[in-house]
Amino acid sequence: MGMTVVEKILARAAGLPSVAAGEVVEPRVDLAMSHENAALVINQFHEVFEGTGLEAKVWDPSRIAIIFDHRVPAESPKTATNQKKIRGFVAEHGITKFHDIRGDVGGICHQILPEYGYVRPGFVVVGTDSHTTSHGALGAFSFGVGATEMASAWSLGIAMNIEVPATIKVVVTGEFPPFVGPKDFILHLIGRLTAQGANYKVLEFHGETIRKMSTSGRIAICNMSVEAGATSGIVPGDEETVRYLREEAGVTDPISCVTPDPDATYVRTVEINVSALVPQIACPHMVDNVKPIDQVLGVRVQQIVIGSCTNGRLDDLADAAAILRGRKVAEGTRMLVFPASSKIFAQALDKGYIHDFMKAGAVVMNSGCGPCLGVHEGALGDGETALSTTNRNFKGRMGNPTGFVYLCSPVVAAASAITGVITDPRKGA
Amino acid sequence: MAKVIIMLDNDISTDDIYPGRYMATVLPTETPQFAFADRTDFNASLKARAFAPGSIVVGGENFGCGSSREQACSALKGHELAVVARSLSRIFLQNSINLGLQVVICPGIEASEGDELDITADQVLNRTTGKAYDQVRLPAARQGIMDAGGLIPYTRARLMARV
Ligand code: SF4
Repeated sequence: MGMTVVEKILARAAGLPSVAAGEVVEPRVDLAMSHENAALVINQFHEVFEGTGLEAKVWDPSRIAIIFDHRVPAESPKTATNQKKIRGFVAEHGITKFHDIRGDVGGICHQILPEYGYVRPGFVVVGTDSHTTSHGALGAFSFGVGATEMASAWSLGIAMNIEVPATIKVVVTGEFPPFVGPKDFILHLIGRLTAQGANYKVLEFHGETIRKMSTSGRIAICNMSVEAGATSGIVPGDEETVRYLREEAGVTDPISCVTPDPDATYVRTVEINVSALVPQIACPHMVDNVKPIDQVLGVRVQQIVIGSCTNGRLDDLADAAAILRGRKVAEGTRMLVFPASSKIFAQALDKGYIHDFMKAGAVVMNSGCGPCLGVHEGALGDGETALSTTNRNFKGRMGNPTGFVYLCSPVVAAASAITGVITDPRKGA
Repeated sequence: MAKVIIMLDNDISTDDIYPGRYMATVLPTETPQFAFADRTDFNASLKARAFAPGSIVVGGENFGCGSSREQACSALKGHELAVVARSLSRIFLQNSINLGLQVVICPGIEASEGDELDITADQVLNRTTGKAYDQVRLPAARQGIMDAGGLIPYTRARLMARV
């Protein structure tokens, strides 16, 4: 019987000739990623070794990645001390894929992993972050785990008791109209599937629209697959994957892509043609509360946010800057821009986008999670509304349980910054 | 038999169970104080130890969706609560198994605050209404972690078996 991409990856990683959805397997881990929550992983890791008489050593320091992004620079002594403790662990264990708080090699974990070529097609990637689904964009099976699961992976190099997920095939056709793109597609899909529609399942993306999509767009759609409950999103590796890894990530060693068998079994096939898609908005307080933009036009916005692991890449900034160039952010609205990595920040600086943002009145912040989770900076005031290119709008996201968060694409955010209300970029803000 | 102390809607996120602003607090001994921190009255009752150990949080579908933060499980476990929900998000379920938080998937569960529930091996019996609801059992292969008392002792045993 044929296998889906994830079944193939898991079979290989578990040393089995084949696996099928529902089986419980223990795949070896190719890459294990954490951010500041490595502080808890370290704690659990030491507990594993307690009383064993064994030396607490990670299974393979070259396969562990730790990236500081959630609270950078530290907002409190507590965070700074956690970061200090992690730095000590990194040095002690010889972990090389470590990205500290830096303006040259720093950034958000889900941007750093692809950018530095840490993820390859066919890899099993675990990360102590739910948006680890992002790395399916490179043809890897990549999913979020808790800190204790990670401590176990650090100890043994395998993921424990993973249920082989069933796969939903998503076939995307048609060409995006102007001012409509991958973010609108994924919001639309989440609205259709609902927040739990893909629970315990993988979304495997196919179709001409996906083949033509850049890796940046693929990261955005795999990133948000978890908002439909998916264990992972995945785009089977192809020419674009190889191009990205070679040209943008500087990978020189062999790359082999995993593709599904023609007779693979899918639980469901969803077909979407994007040719008539309009800009989509996820409304408070659920990511699946998705509406076409004309139903929310005119909503007053106090904070515009452009950035995050979903939409903080160079093409996102370019699109937003093109709209803002020579314009001003509306009075009574503040605009925050945070590039997904230091490298992207520097590129945006060279291209003049940062200057465009600043002249328009936006505040450009260092790379990191920043306002996305709102614990570090960019929190909302009581009852305030944000329009954001991030990926979650749960109550309390952006730091205030009385705030309202709407999610959109970078062009919608930029057009709305100029007017101070939710605005359709197609109408020429 | 244990009491239902709160009834929650569908899609309760880990941001709700354990707000992001407390994420720098990681130790299982310290996380319980922030359980449902934005539901201020409920949080206050939890901290005042108003509920007996084993008391039950009843959730709807997709309980524990969103962030992978394990604090959401350790905070509930710290208060010695159990969760009965119509369905659970994958990461929340996995974290609960790993930490030994008692979670029960019960797709048909109907209950109100104050009801008394009996959790048996296969069912949840609502003593107050007299109705019984079937549980969804987890694959037997996952039982090993639960039997070991969580992933840490399980991993420790596996590690010892290697040497
Ligand atoms: S930018 Fe937001 S969604 Fe992305 S890793 Fe950071 S907190 Fe998570």
